[in-house]
Amino acid sequence: MKAFLILEDGTVFEGVSIGSTREIISEIVFNTSMTGYLEVLTDPSYAGQAVVMTYPLIGNYGICYEDMESLRPWPDGYIVRELSRMPSNFRSEASIQEFLVKHDIPGICGIDTRALTKLLREKGTMNGMITTKECAAVEVVDRIRAYRCEKVVDKVSCKEKKVLDNTGFHVALLDLGAKDNIARSLHKRGCKVTIYPAFTTAEEILASEPDGIMLSNGPGDPKECVTIIEEIKKLYRSSVPIFAICLGHQLMALAAGADTYKMKYGHRGGNHPVKDLETGRVYISSQNHGYVVDVENLDSNVAEQSFINVNDGTNEGLHYLGKNIFTVQFHPEACPGPQDSGFLFDRFIKMMEVAHA
Amino acid sequence: MPRNSNIRKVLVIGSGPIVIGQAAEFDYAGTQACRSLKEEGITVVLVNSNPATIMTDKDIADMVYIEPLTVPVLEKIIIKEKPDSILPTLGGQAGLNLAMELDECGFLKEHHVKLIGTTPETIKKAEDRLEFKLTMEKIKEPIAASKVVENVEDGVAFAKSIGYPIVLRPAYTLGGSGGGIAADEEELIEILANGLRLSRVGQVLVERCIAGWKEIEYEVMRDSAGNCITVCNMENLDPVGVHTGDSIVVAPSQTLGDKEYQMLRTSALNIIHELQITGGCNVQFALHPESFEYCVIEVNPRVSRSSALASKATGYPIAKVAAKIALGYTLDEIKNAITKKTYASFEPALDYCVVKIPRLPFDKFISAKRTLTTQMKATGEVMSICTNFEGGLMKAIRSLEQHVDSLMSYNFSKLTEEALMEALHRVDDRRIFVIAEALRRKVPYETIHEITKIDIWFIDKLAVLVSMEETLQKQPLTRELLMEAKRLEFPDKVIGELVGKTEREIKNLRKEWNITAAFKIVDTCAAEFAAETPYYYSCFGSETETEPRRDKKKVLVLGSGPIRIGQGIEFDYCSVHCTWAFKEAGYETIIINNNPETVSTDFDIADKLYFEPLTPEDVENIVEVEKPDGAVVQFGGQTAIKLTEALLKMGVPILGTAAEDVDAAEDRERFDQILEKCQIKRPAGHTVFTCEEAIKAANDLGYPVLVRPSYVLGGQGMRIAISEEDIREFIGIINQIAQEHPILVDKYLVGKEIEVDAVCDGEDILIPGIMEHIERAGIHSGDSISVYPAQSISAKAVETIELYTERLARALHVRGLINIQFIVCGDEVYVIEVNPRSSRTVPYISKVTGVPIVKLAARVITGSTIKELGYTPGLYKASAYIAIKMPVFSFEKLRGADISLGPEMKSTGECLGLAKTFNEALYKAFLGAGVNLPRHKKMIITVNDESKEEAVGVGRRFEALGYTIYATRGTAAYLQENGVHALKINKLEQEAPNLMDLIYSHEIDLVIDIPSQGYERSKDGFLIRRYAIETGVNCLTALDTANALLTSLENAKQRTLTPIDIATL
Repeated sequence: MKAFLILEDGTVFEGVSIGSTREIISEIVFNTSMTGYLEVLTDPSYAGQAVVMTYPLIGNYGICYEDMESLRPWPDGYIVRELSRMPSNFRSEASIQEFLVKHDIPGICGIDTRALTKLLREKGTMNGMITTKECAAVEVVDRIRAYRCEKVVDKVSCKEKKVLDNTGFHVALLDLGAKDNIARSLHKRGCKVTIYPAFTTAEEILASEPDGIMLSNGPGDPKECVTIIEEIKKLYRSSVPIFAICLGHQLMALAAGADTYKMKYGHRGGNHPVKDLETGRVYISSQNHGYVVDVENLDSNVAEQSFINVNDGTNEGLHYLGKNIFTVQFHPEACPGPQDSGFLFDRFIKMMEVAHA
Repeated sequence: MPRNSNIRKVLVIGSGPIVIGQAAEFDYAGTQACRSLKEEGITVVLVNSNPATIMTDKDIADMVYIEPLTVPVLEKIIIKEKPDSILPTLGGQAGLNLAMELDECGFLKEHHVKLIGTTPETIKKAEDRLEFKLTMEKIKEPIAASKVVENVEDGVAFAKSIGYPIVLRPAYTLGGSGGGIAADEEELIEILANGLRLSRVGQVLVERCIAGWKEIEYEVMRDSAGNCITVCNMENLDPVGVHTGDSIVVAPSQTLGDKEYQMLRTSALNIIHELQITGGCNVQFALHPESFEYCVIEVNPRVSRSSALASKATGYPIAKVAAKIALGYTLDEIKNAITKKTYASFEPALDYCVVKIPRLPFDKFISAKRTLTTQMKATGEVMSICTNFEGGLMKAIRSLEQHVDSLMSYNFSKLTEEALMEALHRVDDRRIFVIAEALRRKVPYETIHEITKIDIWFIDKLAVLVSMEETLQKQPLTRELLMEAKRLEFPDKVIGELVGKTEREIKNLRKEWNITAAFKIVDTCAAEFAAETPYYYSCFGSETETEPRRDKKKVLVLGSGPIRIGQGIEFDYCSVHCTWAFKEAGYETIIINNNPETVSTDFDIADKLYFEPLTPEDVENIVEVEKPDGAVVQFGGQTAIKLTEALLKMGVPILGTAAEDVDAAEDRERFDQILEKCQIKRPAGHTVFTCEEAIKAANDLGYPVLVRPSYVLGGQGMRIAISEEDIREFIGIINQIAQEHPILVDKYLVGKEIEVDAVCDGEDILIPGIMEHIERAGIHSGDSISVYPAQSISAKAVETIELYTERLARALHVRGLINIQFIVCGDEVYVIEVNPRSSRTVPYISKVTGVPIVKLAARVITGSTIKELGYTPGLYKASAYIAIKMPVFSFEKLRGADISLGPEMKSTGECLGLAKTFNEALYKAFLGAGVNLPRHKKMIITVNDESKEEAVGVGRRFEALGYTIYATRGTAAYLQENGVHALKINKLEQEAPNLMDLIYSHEIDLVIDIPSQGYERSKDGFLIRRYAIETGVNCLTALDTANALLTSLENAKQRTLTPIDIATL
């Protein structure tokens, strides 16, 4: 069946429908990872967005359910050049087509994803509609423009507290849309991880006397998370060591009085170099963010930059002065992407050890 | 970290002659690195024995030594030039080995020279089998169970403990030379014994066989601060068991999930970190197809063929960055030259699929075994880029220029079911075509996978192509179907054949339906950032990104495609220089080429690079977009010349010599008329079409005669016939190769073979120099030792040659280059061949005379005259130096190939000997080619009857040098009768000790075997030559070569080698 991708600027791409034939309007973002399509699909940070994969051949190794980063796929839509008809991998349990259908994710394939990516790069992230109905762009652009990616953290966060038991430090993980590998990375290092829904109060978390608090990644505009920020302010004032990733990093910055802004088209992929300003070392990181902390308004008495993006100089991490708090914009939990910065979890463990001693 | 200011003068070691396993990729890497160093104000001293390279140009390095790559020569150069550092990681294995030897003997320390880029410790850790194993064990990186052995007994014992099959890998050899897989003890002993001999350190790794696993490579960069990135990963379609150089390779990997991808990536980074490599590095893995188990196969602590491929596949200039890292920069300080926005620490993201196919030389070596093993056999490779794998494969197939343009090009439809299954088991260069046939017959994927171990994903992709073939045959051709066929990169011609239309009709349909090629940019970042560098590939069904400029005159330069025997790196040299010259003359330059190993496909050579197949259809797609003012074809070898007619049809003017004049030189009748008009003689000959006509012609001319197809490359199909049987045999062979052109039968003249390259502006000519071949006519000029200036012809002959060259160039209205081959008998001069284009000798003559031939030719093409360019027409003054070009062969890599020289070219590369005297030059040339004699002073001579008389002189001279001469009965008797004390040795089939035992004694320096010509070729001689080559014994098949070697040896004592900086010539 034919499918169309209509952008808010009126550009129309014609392709073939994949997955669900449901019509959707969403924010279109592109991801440059060459592997890890299932991890991307199941990353809750994509809630409220439709993802374009710039790598043209998707689905080659099928679906390995154990690679899912959450219980279900989150993007509103999926845009690719070509879906493999023959998945091949010893772990593959289903084809990506089956997966999209099963989870009712609409998508489009057979379009020039590079041309689309260039448009998004030049004009910035845009809204778009994926539909199987042939219609004139002018009739729908107003609806497309009206779309806002809202209240997505509510949507993705777990509804109930969960515990991954272990014998080491007790970490409270605030699930703002966490990828499973954050909890796994801590658990692997011996931590007992309690996963809290995003709207848990600081009091409840602190009452459990965790050795450390982890703020996860998540979707959407950080400034929208007003109530969560209020709770994080309280966590900030506690002396519990805190490590935050992505949205968690942005929310901590907002809680500490800094600002965030929306980037033109964000960073989504597995190849961005980030520089550790303390050591000068550069690491290749996994990234997925459309907002970034504004370092211009950063109070130098509160926090200093610990990581920056080598390409565009934007903030990639903060270290809070006089506090046991460090946060990063990128994804040390990888999945998909390079595992180079996994040592940050060790750094967090170390921080808890020192605080404990 | 800023650059290390203590580094001011750097010696760069090149990789020497092109051989199988070490080809143009090192010219590419070296050239890029030299330019990168010079950009930083470093003085670059370059040494490489290969004169056909671009790196040995004086515009690339400050001091250039085209000298044999040996330790004593390098020591001399270091003493003379006093560099503070050596960059050893760009010259392949040859350069690395040399740097190690210089370090190990303490010379570098003594002269305060540092190895930069990587330390000797690192090289040892990666290259020495035992140290490598220990290092991997230390960081817990798995390697296949293995043991380094130094004798056969230990190997046999270890093999027993781990079980067969067993892989054998000799330490420090090229392209897996001497390695292989042994299925049982007998094979093990054979391969191991040979491998031990070939290894520089007498070590062979005996290893658990992991054949059938996925073969995955990572190209990794690391700087001195410890920052690491992966440039690219690649997956071999051919599982472990086929050398990666002979495998079809795809980038990025296709069948690896993120877990596997990252697991191996992390492993590669751990390895480069532990080895403390600063620069580029290549890590090869075997990945179990049904688990996460993997093994590290090999680590190359240097740039390699794979890094050239990775550079072209991603746009990331590995050699350039490696050079900067060697100077102390860190990855985050080096700007990405493609985006100019990102840094070298940004890992490339691809939004396309790259396919590489090796170019194998089995069309040249019909008797060689086609089987692909762990020993590399390819002479070159092609790469293609497309948005889908199927299209990439189709484009790569037609880039090979082996009369293949689809999966139907080798016809296996006649095979019985049984024979087809057997063929599927055969691992050779036609395997994918066999699989395609199996798919046509509905053999299940699983069966094919079980036999070949090729991943189902790739098999399915071949099935997509096969089903498109069927659909085109059966269904009406709609716009949708044609679009899909083009998306899969089916050429119009193939579509036409399948649907029963002409190529033209398909093209017209495409026009009507608006189905045209789009051009996309290779930008390292999947469009995330705007790219500055115009590096393009085509695909169908997409938006085009190329924006043709219309403000400047625009020239299309056609490259020379894959490196193959007969068309090597020299044509890339010409293409690059031509591009530079046109740029200088104010043109916008556009290069089309498909060879990832070359300088011409570097992103900053031409204004625009199109990485595309060199077929009329692919070129036309570009022409339609770019609308060039003209094309130059005279610099890209036969590949470019073959496109002339198609270009004219597209309405693209051919710049320089007109196409009809090129034709006139090839067309026997028209050429004869020109010769007559110019009053120039040629050996009598006839043009024929059938075998009977050929026999009649031969009888008419008298034997021996030369038989050859017209329009060929490197003497392909050319033979000397001495009887009617020969003619019948040769015509049979010629007709096997697709032949639309007539066959030439010429009288074979015995004389001096002379070669001339000249530039002509339509009026005046400039002859930079006259070259003389040491071997008499009958041996292909590319395989002959060539001496400049000619030494043994009379002044009168020189005068005649100059005159003839001028007359011919004028008569053919040459604008640009012309190459003429003459035979000189006394004062008589005959023309045997005229090619109004660049030749293999152009780079070397340019370098030794200092005349920039290609540049002059390009300027002449753009309208300048020789006089305007500041040159006096005629023969350029002879250099004060003698330059001798020595062919280099790769016979040891090609099991079963006949090494005897003849009219068909067999050499893969060349080196140069440059000196004040003939003898020193000759010695240097032999040394550069790896002939380092004497050692044991024992030799074998077996010659055919015609050569026995001449062999006496050769024998006598070797005897005088103290050689013990062994000969088979006939030759021995003749030599003895004539006073040479030859010892008789039994023939192969006779009882021991026979010739074979003698060769295997490892005390033989040299075998001189002059094979009988023609039909009666002895099988014995063939075997002797193969045994000699496979045990590393020098083997000569022409007495002229033997005499030259003698001259060199006789003067050995008085020689002190003087390195010459050609930048000062």
